[in-house]
Amino acid sequence: MESENRRKALEFKDVRLVYHTKEGETAAAEHMSFCVYEGEFIAVIGPSGCGKTTVLSLAAGLLRPSAGEVCVHGKKGQKGIGYMLQKDELFPWRTVRQNIFLPLEIGKKDTPEHRARVLALAEKYGLSGFLRAYPAQLSGGMRQRAALIRTLAADPALLLLDEPFSALDYQTRLNVCEDVCRVIRGEQKTAILVTHDISEAISCADRVLVLSARPARVVASHTMDFSELSPLKRRESPQFSGWFEILWKELNV
Amino acid sequence: MKHFAKRQRTACSPEHCLYLKKRRRETVLVQALRLGILLLLLGVWELVAQLRLVDPFIISSPSRIFATIGDLAADGSLFVHIGTTLWETLAGFAIAVALGTLVALALWWSERARRVLEPYIVVLNSLPKIALGPVIIVWFGTGSTAILFMTVLVGIIVAIMNMLGGFTATDPGKILLLRSMGASKLQILTKLVLPSSLPAFIGMLKICVGMAWIGSIMGEYISSNAGLGYLIVYGGQVFRLDLVMAATAILCVLAAGMYALVALAEKLLLKK
Ligand SMILES: Nc1ncnc2c1ncn2[C@@H]1O[C@H](COP(=O)(O)OP(=O)(O)O)[C@@H](O)[C@H]1O
Ligand SMILES: [Mg+2]
Repeated sequence: MESENRRKALEFKDVRLVYHTKEGETAAAEHMSFCVYEGEFIAVIGPSGCGKTTVLSLAAGLLRPSAGEVCVHGKKGQKGIGYMLQKDELFPWRTVRQNIFLPLEIGKKDTPEHRARVLALAEKYGLSGFLRAYPAQLSGGMRQRAALIRTLAADPALLLLDEPFSALDYQTRLNVCEDVCRVIRGEQKTAILVTHDISEAISCADRVLVLSARPARVVASHTMDFSELSPLKRRESPQFSGWFEILWKELNV
Repeated sequence: MKHFAKRQRTACSPEHCLYLKKRRRETVLVQALRLGILLLLLGVWELVAQLRLVDPFIISSPSRIFATIGDLAADGSLFVHIGTTLWETLAGFAIAVALGTLVALALWWSERARRVLEPYIVVLNSLPKIALGPVIIVWFGTGSTAILFMTVLVGIIVAIMNMLGGFTATDPGKILLLRSMGASKLQILTKLVLPSSLPAFIGMLKICVGMAWIGSIMGEYISSNAGLGYLIVYGGQVFRLDLVMAATAILCVLAAGMYALVALAEKLLLKK
């Protein structure tokens, strides 16, 4: 495949992860190996509770693998990662502007140049009218957009999205999904989107990874052959239902 | 659409005007009733005393209380007593709040310390502090140091428990978010845990104001030679109910004033 020549953004090498609690141990991932290339938009689907969030936590360096290796840009230490969660997690006591500057403050990069870059990003993606508002004054969709701009603020090379649309109602979900995909494509980011929604995976991603039930393992990888990039247009295209059927079957074996 | 929304804000419909008027009238009525109850109680009290239905030597009376306060103010001793109690209460409150918050911070920082010290805090919380009175007198003498110590003791456990509750209730999703940005524990504390605990802090201040009054008056009951608590105990011993009631009335006003100050601080801090 041509992608073999591209640079690897993220690689899991035979990763195993076991959670230890008082009640016992849970293997959440076993013999997990996959690669994400730079500029790729990957969707990861799997039955609920199979270990999807665990995969992202491993990629973000929040968890250390029990065995195997996780490499980001060929290195073991993780940096330059933007994590977007299911809830927007905007801080209610900060304005939108202060919220999207948060990663700069944490990364000790709170300089006028970086601020200007973040504000330009906010302007480009239609957030500039809301900068002085507090999160409670925004709609759910607008809050998720603010969360995306915050995720992009530190200019991460790799975006991790953990079911970022699942808390929204259906109508908003389609719109925000469309927007988020446009932003990620526009900024040419490498992204991994975790979801339990098959149609969301098909409509967003370049490639879909299917995980098995717990302990998670990659059972299939499908390259999406759409000419369209827009999720809404993909949903209308003729291949869509074909892919849906294939992935549905693989999830329900 | 926009035009309509604007008009609605400035001039209200007759229906809405009526509603607003009703609400305003209700507020005025509630306040009038409040004041009415107070005046009624004072009036009945005064009448019962004047008509000698009950001996005013036992129940005192509003006019005698005012006279007593006037006498105390005239020879200046009133202000000494108020000053003494106020100082003990405020200093004890400040120390309990500051120290309690610091201890809670340390306990938030180290989960092990939290687990180790938990039973001690629970026992100290359920212990009636007045049981320590004799020990405190032996250690700190009978001056205001002992009373201050009692005040701090009464307040600090409540301060610790409330603040620790606030700190540990920090949203785990937001902690995860900060950790994914590579935040240090100190950054998580200053950017997230402290600001999100502001409501818990205000709630703790409100409780601790009450605790500080309990501590200082209790301390003065045990041993003292000045202060409102001293006046109350002394008045009871020499059977001067006027003095007891006068000191109690002043205490009521001071405690209400301090609570109002905290409520004001709440309004200022919690409005964004
Ligand atoms: N911190 C944890 N401690 C113990 N078990 C956990 C923890 N986090 C997740 N698990 C378990 O690991 C499995 C996978 O969890 P997760 O990755 O959150 O699944 P998903 O995101 O696919 O729903 C679940 O069965 C869950 O109970
Ligand atoms: Mg999950």
